Amino acid sequence: MAVAAQNAELIIARRRHIGTGVFFLLVALLILAFFVRTTAPDLTTTFGLNPARLTTALRLPDLVLPSLPSLWFLTVVCAFLGGWQLAKGFRSTGWALGVVAFAFVAAFLIWAARGKSMNLVGMLSSSVLRAIPIALGAFCGILCERAAVINIAIEGMMLTGAFMAAWIGSITHSLWIGLLAAMLSSMFLAAILAVLSIKFKVDQIVSGTVINIFATGLTSYLSAKFLQVYQNLNNPDIFKPIPLPVLSRIPILGPVFFEHNVIVYITFLLLILIHVMLFYTRWGLRTRAVGEHPKAADTLGVNVFRTRYINVIMGGLVAGIGGAFFTIGSVGRFDEVMTAGKGFIGLAAMIFGKWTPFGAFGSSLIFGFADSLQTKLQILQVPIPSEFLLMAPYLVTMIVLAGVIGRAVPPAADGQPYEKQ
Amino acid sequence: MAPVLELRGITKAFPGVLANDHIDLTLEEGEILALLGENGAGKTTLMNILYGLYQPDAGEIFVRGKKAEIHQPNDAIRLGIGMVHQHFMLVPVFTVTENVMLGVESMRYGVFLDRRKAAAKVREISEQYKLEVNPDDYIRDLPVGVQQRVEIIKVLYRKADILILDEPTAVLTPQEVEELFKIIRSLKEQGKSIIFITHKLKEVMAIADRITVLRQGRAVGTTTPAEATMERLAQMMVGREVELVVKKKEAKPGDVVLDVENLHVVDHRGNPAVRGVTFNVRAGEVLGVAGVQGNGQTELVRALTGLLRPEIGHIRINGVDVTHASPRAILEQGVAHVPEDRQKDGLILKYPVHDNLVLNTYYVPPFAKGLNLQFQKIYEAAAERAYEFDIRTPSIYVPVATLSGGNQQKTIVAREFSRPIRLLIASQPTRGLDVGSIEYIHQRIVQKRDEGCAVLLVSPELDEILALSDRIAVMYRGQFVAILPAAEATRQKLGLLMAGVTAAEAMSAEEAPAAVEENPAL
Repeated sequence: MAVAAQNAELIIARRRHIGTGVFFLLVALLILAFFVRTTAPDLTTTFGLNPARLTTALRLPDLVLPSLPSLWFLTVVCAFLGGWQLAKGFRSTGWALGVVAFAFVAAFLIWAARGKSMNLVGMLSSSVLRAIPIALGAFCGILCERAAVINIAIEGMMLTGAFMAAWIGSITHSLWIGLLAAMLSSMFLAAILAVLSIKFKVDQIVSGTVINIFATGLTSYLSAKFLQVYQNLNNPDIFKPIPLPVLSRIPILGPVFFEHNVIVYITFLLLILIHVMLFYTRWGLRTRAVGEHPKAADTLGVNVFRTRYINVIMGGLVAGIGGAFFTIGSVGRFDEVMTAGKGFIGLAAMIFGKWTPFGAFGSSLIFGFADSLQTKLQILQVPIPSEFLLMAPYLVTMIVLAGVIGRAVPPAADGQPYEKQ
Repeated sequence: MAPVLELRGITKAFPGVLANDHIDLTLEEGEILALLGENGAGKTTLMNILYGLYQPDAGEIFVRGKKAEIHQPNDAIRLGIGMVHQHFMLVPVFTVTENVMLGVESMRYGVFLDRRKAAAKVREISEQYKLEVNPDDYIRDLPVGVQQRVEIIKVLYRKADILILDEPTAVLTPQEVEELFKIIRSLKEQGKSIIFITHKLKEVMAIADRITVLRQGRAVGTTTPAEATMERLAQMMVGREVELVVKKKEAKPGDVVLDVENLHVVDHRGNPAVRGVTFNVRAGEVLGVAGVQGNGQTELVRALTGLLRPEIGHIRINGVDVTHASPRAILEQGVAHVPEDRQKDGLILKYPVHDNLVLNTYYVPPFAKGLNLQFQKIYEAAAERAYEFDIRTPSIYVPVATLSGGNQQKTIVAREFSRPIRLLIASQPTRGLDVGSIEYIHQRIVQKRDEGCAVLLVSPELDEILALSDRIAVMYRGQFVAILPAAEATRQKLGLLMAGVTAAEAMSAEEAPAAVEENPAL
């Protein structure tokens, strides 16, 4: 009986294997049909490995690949993995899926830049910059949702933070006071969210939406009425890039990660800090207990309400930093609705990252990469409709994250107000 | 010497109910006091007051002779009161150590959790009281019996000497119950005082030093196992004489109605839950499926009723293959389903009673005519059924959520039984019901069997399985480890099978002189 059951389970598992295998083959076919077919045999693709700007990093020669053979190689890799999966099956398909996805993205880049040159390091470096607000939004989400408060008001908090940083930064001529103003204003909105959803048990999606609408309306009004009229109110300094000693000299990694401004470094620090706090401190243990099983925490004398208030307000602080990045961290002025949905993408990054800081940061980088890629491709004038260009990286992202990382399970009590009997 | 714990005149009212009505209770040092009462008698409310989860409207609590103010669990913990809740208060994604240390964390450098130190202490306690657990295991991987030990360790870790165990045996196999009783006795020997809450008469007789009976929020009497009999206790508990056995005639099995062949089902996470089950149920017989909860019973029932898609295997009802049929196609084969979770799967709580009574027939005449519902017909039928099935409700127009658990269950039974059926699939049909309702629903199920209906009864309660079944299947880790005629099944044999002992071993254990028959462990 036990043997029969095991066989049956193998059959069930095989059915899934076949699905993945067919998918790998499909990717191979896609590369073949769209990229290999349209590439002339004598072209080369050049990837620049040095940033375009002035840099302290050691210089590397450019990477020159023969386009067509490289594409064929990637096709064969995908086809081989697909065939192996169908014939024998990998024990864990995660890494194979990762390789296939990487092959597809690489093929795409090689094809898009065939006969031309593309600055890879420059693109990766701008990916990191584009990932920063997403990551900070995701960290805010983690802080809130680990304590079971859903925060979809991240967008509104960041927008308010961006506004305040630009305005206060302009008046005081101090970047740091601007940053502080961004954090405080965002914390204030977080406190409102906390009171609505913890004390008054308002539906958390509704209270979050209310804050988003409020923030959009208020900042747009004030911006149109004052900042756009009196330009001296909307002219803050910006944080200048500071190359980190030693680290910035590493080829590729240096320019990509360690030649940025202070908000980027704060993000790196927060990444480590939140990870350690969440998994190695008393606060983290209690936070996670409150998010998973608030009643259990309550019966052991953990104050569920206080934990949630603290976490949501801390989340607001982090979102405020993310907001400040838009103005005093990059362009140096505030424009209406300039966060453009980054707060929501941050929430997606949090989910794809399974509510962990490192996972969320990794997802943010992928989203940042997708964002920076499509800008680059428009410059390269790739002969496919730009709508599809915009879609492709996201599609790959979705498939990889869904396949490699598997189903994300939120904290068990996420979104549920706690009722003390 | 003053009793270690004394409650005087505890009163607590919820909207519409007086949950506790001037209850007096004493607990002496080093004794096991059983608090006996039906569901809704106010046992849990009383203990939640003692543990600081509720505030009483009136009354006083004395701990070791001193008046105590208990406003929150922290106060109770400080006074040495610990509670093992009926629904475990454990975080499934945490380890044993993390669950135990939560709230009283050991720290390193004042900042970091000291998991190692806490784990050592857990190990120490588990050795001292013979509570076997591995501090590094994750709760979600542990069987309920072990989870319960973790709950007890949690209480001891906080140095409690008054332990409240709320319905601790509800989720255990008979063997696990015996182990728990050993643990409780060893706790008593080491000087702990214990309040044991239950509605099971046999347990009370087996473990208690003294028994206090609650009925409808009042303490109706205190006695000892030596002075009391089961009949007497049942009468105190219910307030009238109760039939403790179900009367039924010999079964007359007819044709095969439900035929299941090599069924495999995976759970919502994609893990195998039902692993190759083959059986059939004939007209006019009850097949009982025994087993500890979480061994695939839920998924089996969901697959049979079309709520989960089987991966492999066949299900035939009256010879028709319904393996991949929709739930409606299956119920139109004459299948009735009393689901395990009545509030989630059995009723639409916000709908009125009359709508809930036609959820399976609202779309056919006489209740529907073209696109319109015939409300007059629905009201008439509902009123009739409410009367016939003795559903106690102010009217059929109130939301079913306002009914008591027993009456909600009767609503489901009324709906499912009021059309011609050939197969009844009943999952835990009496979970959480009082003795009176249990009696009623059992009679109805036997009546359906006698009318020639095939019955599949799934229940973790051995008493229920033994009382109703003609054949008994034991489910363990997704498989039927044995299917035996009810006449050959004993509590001990089923208990061993439920715990994963193979059929052959269980049979030989049977030969051994068994003290277990006497042991009133359930």
